[in-house]
Amino acid sequence: MGIKLKALTKSPWVYHLSTGSCNNCDIEILDCLTPRYDLERLGIVLVGSPRHADALLVTGNMTMKCMKRAKEVYDQMPKPGVVIAVGTCALGHGVFEGSYVMPKTVDEVLPVDIYIPGCPPKPEGIIAGVAKLLEMLKQKA
Amino acid sequence: MTWNEIKADIKGAFDGKILKWHEHNDTRIYVDIEPADLVEFSRYIFEKLGSRFIIASAVDTPRGGIEILYHFDFFKLPQVFSLRVFLPKPKPEVESLASVIKGTEWIEREMAELFGITFSNHPNPVHLLLPDDWPEGNYPLRRDQ
Amino acid sequence: MSEIIPIGPYHPLQEEPEFFRLHVEGEKVVKLEIELGYNHRGIEKLAETKSWDQVVFLVERICGICSTSHPAASTNAMEDLGGIEAPERAQYIRTIICELERIHSHLLWLGLAGHFIGYNTVWMWVWKYREIVCDLLDKITGNRQSYAMFKVGGVRRDILEDDIPWIRASMDKLKPVLDLFKGAVMDDPVIRARTRGVGILTNEMAKQYCVVGPTARPSGVAIDVRKDDPYFAYGMVDFDIVVLEEGDVFAKAVCRILEMYESVKIIEQCIDKMKPGIIDLKIKELPAGEGIGRAEAPRGEVYHYCLSDGSNFPARYKVRAPSYTNIASNEVACVGETVADAALVLAAVDPCYCCTERLVVVDHDNRREQVLQGNTLIQLSHERTKQIRKELGV
Repeated sequence: MGIKLKALTKSPWVYHLSTGSCNNCDIEILDCLTPRYDLERLGIVLVGSPRHADALLVTGNMTMKCMKRAKEVYDQMPKPGVVIAVGTCALGHGVFEGSYVMPKTVDEVLPVDIYIPGCPPKPEGIIAGVAKLLEMLKQKA
Repeated sequence: MTWNEIKADIKGAFDGKILKWHEHNDTRIYVDIEPADLVEFSRYIFEKLGSRFIIASAVDTPRGGIEILYHFDFFKLPQVFSLRVFLPKPKPEVESLASVIKGTEWIEREMAELFGITFSNHPNPVHLLLPDDWPEGNYPLRRDQ
Repeated sequence: MSEIIPIGPYHPLQEEPEFFRLHVEGEKVVKLEIELGYNHRGIEKLAETKSWDQVVFLVERICGICSTSHPAASTNAMEDLGGIEAPERAQYIRTIICELERIHSHLLWLGLAGHFIGYNTVWMWVWKYREIVCDLLDKITGNRQSYAMFKVGGVRRDILEDDIPWIRASMDKLKPVLDLFKGAVMDDPVIRARTRGVGILTNEMAKQYCVVGPTARPSGVAIDVRKDDPYFAYGMVDFDIVVLEEGDVFAKAVCRILEMYESVKIIEQCIDKMKPGIIDLKIKELPAGEGIGRAEAPRGEVYHYCLSDGSNFPARYKVRAPSYTNIASNEVACVGETVADAALVLAAVDPCYCCTERLVVVDHDNRREQVLQGNTLIQLSHERTKQIRKELGV
């Protein structure tokens, strides 16, 4: 596993998975890729398919209808891979707590490695979170 | 047309069919009618008076039935005109407006599955939000469920 | 025989999960089916468990892009219910926030539209300049999105006098940017060739489907809540609504770009006219009754209806988001287009699914093989643009 994890930290490709969010976190993730924040300078690229991805950026409440699809997406991601939960909804349910369509949180469905709080987290926060994760993986490798 | 002309027109055309005319303020008007007059009434204000359908809201009232409010507005005017029909339980049923106004199709499908209202003569009476195998008789937004 | 091309629910074309089925014969789309339900969070039911004050926070999270329009309609509905009128300064502040949001949302759409037709440069540039607006919102409200500014009877935060010169300077900075994008979109022969006459929504169909906002106005339907039913400070400022006749994707793009100029105009007037004063009436209770509130979101009219039984919680809360009617109109706008253009037409209404699907979600076991089709559709769209570029010799 060591060499694979080390390789992963060089240029992680991320797939963005929205599981019933309000769009805020999704916009901020896209914002990270645009010139002001420019995540690509760190080698992080947003890809269109989970099969190419090293990391899943999960946003949203994990609604019932999304649960099965989210698991499928996770299974398609090559391992080792990491799961990053972005936003308050993905951490718990935030303001939607108690809704009858969200029996589980994201971390009960997918093995989350790192949580980035905020409603929505600022792009700086997302970048800091990803950087911390990379640091963690480097030590593990 | 000004609002006063429209108001006079509606009151003249449907004399005796209006159960209650309530003006919450200058721009918010609620009118109670019989469900049987709904299609005729909507056709008149949509086609003749050139109104725009906004949305319909269903409410499960403690009065033992379901109310539907059909909200309309008249393009340039600030007034929101809400037609209210009362459908008694256990079998709320009303004629579909989809043949008159295409934009009512989705909301009628939504109300049908969430409140269990039957819209007769609906062109496409399938589920909008819930899956097709949703159990009969389970209506999430009703109070008795 | 027609074939079916599934799009979604997870697809690079879309930010949010939703599911389309395109029925095609050869290259032509003959029918479009839309399946909703991936983004339902049961908001209308949840609203009945929140107090009036909390409802505003809840509806703010219906949608992140129009996160001011829903609270705006919500406060309008509650103020209509209680017969309350917010102080004048609060009205101006609300208007400024609403218009800043409109600019940010239209820029966001323009960037994504550029991405769809294969102009990633447009995407990067537009989003770079969108940061001007995000910074303003960050400074005024404390957050880049989800501003939490609105409450019944006022706003939560004042605009500081010290910030005003900076807001003015930002508006001045924005004007040349808008000129740049106007030129980039309206004078570019490829974008013209790619979007002119594509996905036409006729005036008659626009009225039948009851579409709103920048989907209706390019089809010649002059409807805008800001003019028709003035709320906040819109009755006190001077602006025009942009109405075009063609109804195609090009007209929708032009309509959005021209609207941003009007928004800048409104913000500048608000800053000029704003006088010091109180910003909050500190409302404690709402009476029993009904209230209807409307607001013009970047995508069209947002409509909220609330029913109160005199308690601290709404008895019924109904939300109608603009995309609810606008998405349905895709059923006619897509028909007859090629598959490569269909992607563009779907995106042209600026669909917002988290708005549309506020209600209920249930599990749904089906069509495993149809999901995750990769980014073929977006690629088709890019190829089409390349082909047009070659034909035009650009």
